[in-house]
Amino acid sequence: MPILENLWIIPLLPLLGSAINGLFGAKWSKAIVNSVALGSTGVSFLCAVEAVREFLSGGSQPFRKEFFDWIVAGSFRAGFDLQLDQLTVVMLLVVTGVGFLIHIYSTGYMAHEEGYYRFFSYLNLFMFFMLILVLAANYVLLFVGWEGVGLCSYLLIGLYFLKKSAADAGKKAFIVNRIGDFGFMLGMFLLFRSFGSLDFQTVFAKAATWQPEAMGQFGTMTVACLLLFVGATGKSAQLPLYVWLPDAMEGPTPVSALIHAATMVTAGVYMVARSHVLFTHAPTAMYVVAIVGCATAFFAATIGLVQSDIKKVLAYSTVSQLGYMFLACGVGAFGAGVFHLMTHAFFKALLFLSAGSVIHAMGGEQDMWNMGGLSKKIKVTFVCMLFGTIAIAGFPPFAAFFSKDSILFAAYNSENGGKVLYGVGLLAAVLTSFYMFRLIRLTFYGEKRYDEHKVHVHESPGNMTWPLMILAFLSLTGGWFAAPALWGGKDYFSEFLSPVFGSGESAGAESASLEHILSGVAVAAAFAGLIVALRMYGKTVKRGTSEGVHKLLYNKYYVDELYAAAIVRPLVWLSTNVLWKVVDAGMIDGAVNGVADGAAAVGDTVRHTQSGNTRSYAVWVVVGAIVVLGIVFWPILHPALFGGVR
Amino acid sequence: MVPTNYYVILSAILFGLGVLAFVFKRNIITIFMAIELMLNAVNLAFVAFSQALGKADGEVFVLFVILVAAAEAAVGLGIIILTARNRRSLNVENVNLLKL
Amino acid sequence: MISGVLVIFFVLAALAVFGAVSLILQSHPIHSALSLILVMVSLAGLYLLMGAEFIAAVQIIVYGGAVMVLFTFVIMLLNAGVEERTNFSKLATFGGVPLALALGGIIAAAIWRSSGHLPPPAASGAMSSTRELSMLLFSTFVYPFELTSFLILVAILGAIVLAQREN
Repeated sequence: MPILENLWIIPLLPLLGSAINGLFGAKWSKAIVNSVALGSTGVSFLCAVEAVREFLSGGSQPFRKEFFDWIVAGSFRAGFDLQLDQLTVVMLLVVTGVGFLIHIYSTGYMAHEEGYYRFFSYLNLFMFFMLILVLAANYVLLFVGWEGVGLCSYLLIGLYFLKKSAADAGKKAFIVNRIGDFGFMLGMFLLFRSFGSLDFQTVFAKAATWQPEAMGQFGTMTVACLLLFVGATGKSAQLPLYVWLPDAMEGPTPVSALIHAATMVTAGVYMVARSHVLFTHAPTAMYVVAIVGCATAFFAATIGLVQSDIKKVLAYSTVSQLGYMFLACGVGAFGAGVFHLMTHAFFKALLFLSAGSVIHAMGGEQDMWNMGGLSKKIKVTFVCMLFGTIAIAGFPPFAAFFSKDSILFAAYNSENGGKVLYGVGLLAAVLTSFYMFRLIRLTFYGEKRYDEHKVHVHESPGNMTWPLMILAFLSLTGGWFAAPALWGGKDYFSEFLSPVFGSGESAGAESASLEHILSGVAVAAAFAGLIVALRMYGKTVKRGTSEGVHKLLYNKYYVDELYAAAIVRPLVWLSTNVLWKVVDAGMIDGAVNGVADGAAAVGDTVRHTQSGNTRSYAVWVVVGAIVVLGIVFWPILHPALFGGVR
Repeated sequence: MVPTNYYVILSAILFGLGVLAFVFKRNIITIFMAIELMLNAVNLAFVAFSQALGKADGEVFVLFVILVAAAEAAVGLGIIILTARNRRSLNVENVNLLKL
Repeated sequence: MISGVLVIFFVLAALAVFGAVSLILQSHPIHSALSLILVMVSLAGLYLLMGAEFIAAVQIIVYGGAVMVLFTFVIMLLNAGVEERTNFSKLATFGGVPLALALGGIIAAAIWRSSGHLPPPAASGAMSSTRELSMLLFSTFVYPFELTSFLILVAILGAIVLAQREN
């Protein structure tokens, strides 16, 4: 069956899985829930592969099909239109592939947890929305997926909803996302107003004919792009809307891996990459994107240096790496950004799943200061995590070396202070390497800082370790598409994406050697971080007191407290004292109660006419007669009232 | 000749006096008489207009008014007799069972 | 100069008003009844003045001779005494006069305004002779006439039923 014609199957299968598990899973055994969840995702992955195969064999023509009209209002049409081009291929395979691996992993990790069927139902629902987002051919449908993944993120973070911190974290994620979504919507409105449609085809074709705006000029395109980017900062946890991601670690580790590392948070990057036509016409917006990305990369890395919770380190690492992706998009290297997105999906999912394996082995312990010396006990996990760490640090021939390298190279070559961007990015790379190897040292090396009688360390079961190994393999080989560029060959990945992004920077001979130099510098930076980490975290380590800069970083620059005081408290005050007491209780309730009170008051007054006194009734009769006669004789009488004879 | 207006004003005066009596008197029979007074005032106006306009329709109407007033008086007084027997008083203010 | 007709009119009018005022001011209902008879007779005179002799006659016979007699009988039957001076209705006390004046005023004003152009009633009785009236009564107004006779029958029966002593 031609999958391409029926692209809707790919998102539909997880949706069915979600519905079936959600409705009936409570009564089923784990095996049945597993087969429904894994089956739907797995078949979806196979369909995705088939769709890609058909796409490639059909000459890689961008494919778009309108399935049905969703919104039709006047000249505006937003349909359930799905498309497939090279960018979609990358995203599709990453989402379904990594998603499927994480589903398998979850059957092991969640085996002893509450809410098993609910977890898989939500996870499948997430897959559905993410696939809608990736396959959408217009902004409206993309936004549906956007919102949907936000919802599933909330549901999954707060999976253990009886735990207050988890419920709060879910709310925080959803609300902060909402703020970003507001910007996204405004951007969409502006696009609709400018182009009359929200289909990618129409918008990008029309936008391509516009004159690119000048740097510093805030024209329509720039404002629209900036608004869309606000949405991206919310969804992809950049400054200033990143605060939800570290809290999101309250959710189970597979959730952190899938949603907050590999797929959902990359939706912002995908959206910016998809809208590259718009962004290239708005240099100011791109510059903002680059600066925000770069600053976030550095900022988050500094916080990650001192965290003690293993998942928090990885969370800040994710924020930092997303900054790299936006930096790439901001300097025009969209292909590099997407490349890093893909490699990041591999190694970050690997890191999170390995961390989950460690936590599982330690019986739920997440504080690294209570671990140590685990390398011999949980060998497979250790090796996989090591693979992931080496990858993220950027050592060749692992995947991130190639992707991070192209980003830094593109940043170096960009105008308007590209060298500064490069410098900060390089510094962040050093910090990345440092805190990741710090994590390895604290967790796996040194003497054990836990009580062996209380914690029984054991390796994770097969359904957890096999996905780890597959991801480790991908972390190693995932970058090899672009490898040949190193020795003057072709960067296959960029070439694959070139029909979408246009052919990128042409690498002349001179810039090739510059690239080699910069690659060498990057590797040296990674080494620097490694050495420092090894030095500082040797055999015996002790947790010191937190003061000064350390305290500032450990408390995440007090950003959450700042937001709470500056934004949340005033809003709550406004809600309580104005909106609740004045508007709701006073005006709205007052109006309704006022009507009732008014009716009662009128009744109270009018009842005096019913006195039971006959003579009063007689008077009322006369009054009535006067009124009636007055009305009847009014035409005759009223000239008289105004004096004089007409 | 007496202008029509004079008859009409007289009719209005008599009607107003009838209303006054209707509102102020307490004996039920007197109130009834006030009603008759008002009817008479109206009759006067009818006849005046009839004569002024030269058509006899008004006077036919007066006949009917007189007839109906007579019938009404008969039935009304019957009711008054019953009420008076029941409440043992002719004061209309004693008919106040609806008073709280 | 003032014609004789006008003088007679004013005399009769004064009598009628005097009778009406007396009806209000008297305390015994029998006195009020007699005042009402005075009013009716004056009105009959006024009808005659206008030339409506049939109406005048009917007024005397039916109103004066039947209705008022009935009133008098009832007053004597019920042994109505002097009116009590109760005053339960404040509304009637304070609102009565202004309202009555208002009502009368509206009617007066309305009729005055619209009748200025009318000619005075003719003193000749040609139009309103018995013959004319009966022609009208039995041709144009025969339907109301028959209904009214039926109404009188019903009234008589009703009065009989109402005034029975309880058995």
